[in-house]
Formats: sequence, structure tokens, C-alpha cells
Amino acid sequence: MQTSTSWRSFRMAAWLGWVIESNWTDPFLFAVYSIVKPLSGAAILVIMYGVITEGNFESALFPYIYLGNAFYIYVGAVMTGVSWAVVDDRELYKTLKYMYIAPINIPLYLLGRGGARFVVGSIAVLITILTGVFFLNVKINLAEVNWGLFIVSLTLGIIMLALIGLMLAGVTLITARHEGFIGEAVAAALYIFSGAVFPLDVLPEWLRPVGYFMPTTYWLELLRRSLVGDVAQAFPTLSQFSNLEILGVMIGLSILFGIFSVWIFKICDNIARENGMIDRTTNY
Amino acid sequence: MDNQNSNPLTRPYSHKDIGWRLFLKTIIARSYPRIVGQQRELSWVFFEILLPMFAVCTYVFVYRALNAPEEYIGFVVMGGAMTAFWLNVLWSMSSQLYWEKQQGNLQLYIIAPNSMMAILLGMAVGGIFATLLRAVTVTIFGTLVFSVKFEIVSYLQLFAVFTLTMIALYGMGMMMASAFLLFGREAWHIANLAQEPIFLASGFFFPIKFLPFWVAAGASLLPLTLGMDAMRQLVFSSETSLGFLSVATEIWILAGLSVAFLVVSKYLLAYVEKLAVREGRITESRR
Repeated sequence: MQTSTSWRSFRMAAWLGWVIESNWTDPFLFAVYSIVKPLSGAAILVIMYGVITEGNFESALFPYIYLGNAFYIYVGAVMTGVSWAVVDDRELYKTLKYMYIAPINIPLYLLGRGGARFVVGSIAVLITILTGVFFLNVKINLAEVNWGLFIVSLTLGIIMLALIGLMLAGVTLITARHEGFIGEAVAAALYIFSGAVFPLDVLPEWLRPVGYFMPTTYWLELLRRSLVGDVAQAFPTLSQFSNLEILGVMIGLSILFGIFSVWIFKICDNIARENGMIDRTTNY
Repeated sequence: MDNQNSNPLTRPYSHKDIGWRLFLKTIIARSYPRIVGQQRELSWVFFEILLPMFAVCTYVFVYRALNAPEEYIGFVVMGGAMTAFWLNVLWSMSSQLYWEKQQGNLQLYIIAPNSMMAILLGMAVGGIFATLLRAVTVTIFGTLVFSVKFEIVSYLQLFAVFTLTMIALYGMGMMMASAFLLFGREAWHIANLAQEPIFLASGFFFPIKFLPFWVAAGASLLPLTLGMDAMRQLVFSSETSLGFLSVATEIWILAGLSVAFLVVSKYLLAYVEKLAVREGRITESRR
């Protein structure tokens, strides 16, 4: 049966990514690996919070920090996952050149590789949130969750992250030796500027505009609002905006970042082809 | 005769280093690429300072959002600086023999007439020096940006704690390197897994005293746990009450860990090397 090149590229890349992600060990160790890392990251914040507030987990700041950190796992998983596929295929497996000569769509292939990370990331996000609900008093009432807003925000956010990842993949294509740092550095910077674990008002005033320009700021805010409603709206940073307004800003910025990312990827892809960088390995 | 000796091609090989000279030269040779070579890759230096700084900034802002006392900002800056050492031990000590195997250098190390222990020591010495530069930069940057105030209680104890922490930490790295020698594709994942859980268990960003006693006691097997706890007590005077154990006790434990890790690493390396040779894993490169 014929399938479109685009769908086949995405589907097979996602499957390949999943196999690479998961078959290096037995399922038990893989499950431990997928859970322990994000839970430890969350536990650092929980202990910091507990130490300072003397265990007052009732404050609105706690779900703000906890949920922001939980959903931020997607940034590391999806965005970095897409760009890391270039490092993996070019440096480690030395197969990127074969992907380029195969009848596939390269951007969709890279996005598919990020798709596998999305699955692994989703497990981590779910377990982190469930831990918060069952053990740390993060109050999520399923009947009060704004499911429509949650699903729309989550879906748009994942697409936005994948497209930013594509931009990083493009930059990675034309970068030698320190390509592995690119995704990590961008994810770490976004962690600060998106207000993932603290309200943006804590940043120095001159740095705040950077946060307001990042779609991830609005994405995390919408996810918090959809799950814990008024609690998330208690913080002054975006309190004057309605859910719809924030969604509008997020969509606008996502489209802007998406177009820019695809454009940057095309430019970098051309440079990489012209300069023979597709099969260049540096052994770093 | 004189003419024959002046020609390097015909001159008999009269000088070779053996014993402790070879051991020492191997250490120097293996540390050279880390002390000198790594500084040449400026972009790496940049990223290795930038990434811990991002972590420092994030946790400082979290504490600021919580209106935490100012000394906690100092704890984070110190934790961020020490992160560089843990990452260095993890990726450039523990995993190093695995990388060498992947690149085909490991068999050359083993067939050369030098001690593998000297190679590991060289990696450790070079790693400590190179990472120290990055840690100092993170500390200075964090101190200036976040106005951290240090009140050093005892320079002598601080020097002793830092030195013993480094010996024990890199001794542990040498020990772990042996274990990583046996790993295949899982090496990368195992090293990756040993980041956040260790940051948590060792109290990189909060005083270890706030963990349950037995958890903190277990985490004390990691040299950075007690090292940071002692350094915090010595550098931030108000931290005395937040210390897990007294500084003197922690110094003794660190001294014990230093000896234990170095001795165990020597025997483990010999054992694992034999095992890897027997099972044909020295040249194995599974991706």
C-alpha cells in the first residue's frame, strides 16, 4: 500500500527513535531511567521549597513551581530530541548521509525522531504530576480541569517545541565539535526565561522582556491555568490576561517561531550540503 | 664510534623510563591534553561555564521567589561550581575508558608498557586542574552577580576539605571508570542517569541536613556530599547550624573515603581489565 513520503518519514523516524531510546537495556532499567531522572529534578525543587517554607505545600507558589517543572520535561525531550537526532545520526551511527539519499523528507524525519522522545517525555511528565498529586498535595481536581484548553495548549506547545527543535537541528548541522551543547544550552536558557519554576517578576526588570517574547512562557501558563485554574492566575505576571488572550499570544508567537525555524533549517541545510557537512564527523 | 652515536637512526636505544619514572611521565602525558588541550577549545570552556551558570541562576531565582535567606543564594553558587567537578568525574573520568574504547584508543593504552592506573591518575590530575578553572569562574561570576558574601572560618580546614574531597571524588571516578569499561551502549545512559539523582542526594542546592538522616548518611559515600556540607559550614558562618556533621568528623570521613576509593580502584581496574580482555570487550564497539 502506498503511503505519502511525509507520513512514512515521520512514522518510521518515530519508530526508529523509539527503538534507539528504549532498546539499550531491559524494560525495567529503561523504566527506572525514564522515571528517576525527572523525579529527581522535581525532588530538588520540592526540597528547596519545603526547606524555605517549612513544609507549607498549600501556597499557590508550589503548584506553580511543580507543574511548570513537570511540563518543562517536554522542552528537554522534544526540542532537544529533534536536534540531537543530527548528532546521533551523523557522529554516532554515521547514517545521516544515508538518510539524505533515502526517499524521505528530512525535516519530517528529524521531527519524527523527536516524536519518540515525546513518548518517553510524556511518561515522565505523567509520573511527575501523579507523584505531585498523590504525595505532595498538588491539587488537581479532574472535574474542574479545563480539558479543552489543556489539550489545545499541550498540542500546540508540542508542535511549537518540535519546530524550535528543527531550528536547532539546522544549527547543529553546520556546527562542529560542540553541537551537543546547543540543545542543552537553549533548554537551560528557556528554563529561566519561560518562568518555568518561578514567576517572571523575580527576574531583573531588564531581562523580563526576553521571557515575554518566548512562546514557552505562555504555553506553561496555559497548562497551569487549565489544570489548577485560579491558583495559577494568582501571580501578577500574566494575571491581567484572560486564557483566550494568552492562547492568542502563544499561537502568534508559535507561528512566528515556527516560520523562523523552518527558514533557518532550510538555510542551514543548504549550507551543510554545499560545504559537505552532512557526512562530516569530528569524533568529539 | 662517536659518529655512530650522534646519528639518531643508528644510535642504540640507551634510555628508557621504567618504574616510577614511567609512571610519573604517563601521568603528565595523560594530564597534558586536559590541562592544555582542553583550554584550546574555547567554545567548550564557554559552554562548560555557561551551563552550570544557567542552573545557578535558575535555583537562585527559585530561592528569591521563596524569599529565602541570603546564605541560600551562596549555597546555590557553591553547588553550581561543584557541579562542574561532578560532571567532569562522570563524563571525563568514569565514561572515559568507554569513550577510548569507542575511538579505538583503549587497546593502545593496554598494549603500551605503562600502568593503566597512571593513565587514570593523569586523567584525574588534568581533570581537577581544568575543572578548577571553570568552577572558580562560576564562583566569581555567581558571587558578583548575586552579591554572595563569604565569611571563611578556617582557611586551613577549607583547604583540607577541598583537597580531600577532590582526592576522594576523583578516586571514585577512577573506580567507576573500571566499571564503565564493561559497559556497551548503556554507558551513555548510565552516566546521564547519574546527574539529577546525585544533585539531589548530595545536596548541591540545599543543605543535606534536610534529608532524612539515613538518606544523608548513605549519600555521604559520595565525597561531594560531605565536602560541600563541610565547605558550606566553613564559608558561610551562619551555616554552622545547618551542617549535617561537624567539620572535623567530615574531614576524617573524607580522608577514609580517599584512601578507600584509591585502593579499591587499583584492584578493581586490574580485575576488570582482565575480565574485559578475557571476554573480548576491549575492542568491542557497540553503538
